[in-house]
Amino acid sequence: MSQSYDRGLIEDFSRWREFEAGMWAWIFHKFTGWVLIGYLFTHIAVLSTGIPASGAETAVLQAGTDVYTQTIVSLEQLLLVRILEVGLLAVAVFHMLNGTRLLLVDLGVGLESQDRSFYASLVLTGAITVASVPTFVAGAF
Amino acid sequence: MATRYSSFKQGGRLWLLQRITAAFLLVVLAFHFFLLHFVNHANEVSFLASSARMGTVSYYSLMVLFLLTATFHGVNGVYNALVNQGLSGRKRTVVKWTLVAASAVLIVQGIRTANAWAGIPLY
Repeated sequence: MSQSYDRGLIEDFSRWREFEAGMWAWIFHKFTGWVLIGYLFTHIAVLSTGIPASGAETAVLQAGTDVYTQTIVSLEQLLLVRILEVGLLAVAVFHMLNGTRLLLVDLGVGLESQDRSFYASLVLTGAITVASVPTFVAGAF
Repeated sequence: MATRYSSFKQGGRLWLLQRITAAFLLVVLAFHFFLLHFVNHANEVSFLASSARMGTVSYYSLMVLFLLTATFHGVNGVYNALVNQGLSGRKRTVVKWTLVAASAVLIVQGIRTANAWAGIPLY
């Protein structure tokens, strides 16, 4: 059976200086998880414009003037959306890398190097995000 | 002996499902990002291109499975986070069923959209 810990008031932000790597990993994993599930609902809502678009004439679809194509293209023209997409990538990459770390820990792999693997997740997230910026902002200017 | 800590009930069915979906999502989410941002660019999206992809049985099946696993993993994660923060009793029951209802809406709407793209007249 799992133990239930009283972590105290983690909402008490004055305690953040006392946090160790494991606590930051826990906070970042929760935060990125909330962002991703929030995004999933938004994503499906935006993609749902494909439903009315499917009833459009072939000529309209070929011209790309249907509601789905126009919605996506209009959003992609906004620099803010491109920046948010880079943020989404960062959030997703961190959640994936830290999640891989957690899966390995659950399997008993790397128990002695959890701090280092968390820092590696952060560094790798930063590197992948920075390297992806040119692709994500291409054509936005 | 160190106390084993987990926010999940060890050995539980949902605990295991959360991890199985995590492993699946690692691969499919990476593929999704790569295909729709690096191979095809998001600003070049069109209904016809999305429709051509979704018209393939393998892609359609993968995306429906992606939707199901992502919804489960995300919503179960939210539920566990709330329980971990002390959600209990009647509130816990209300939150649980609200999340189940939200998941159902998300899945139905996602499949309707996929069907619209794939040309399946069920949407």
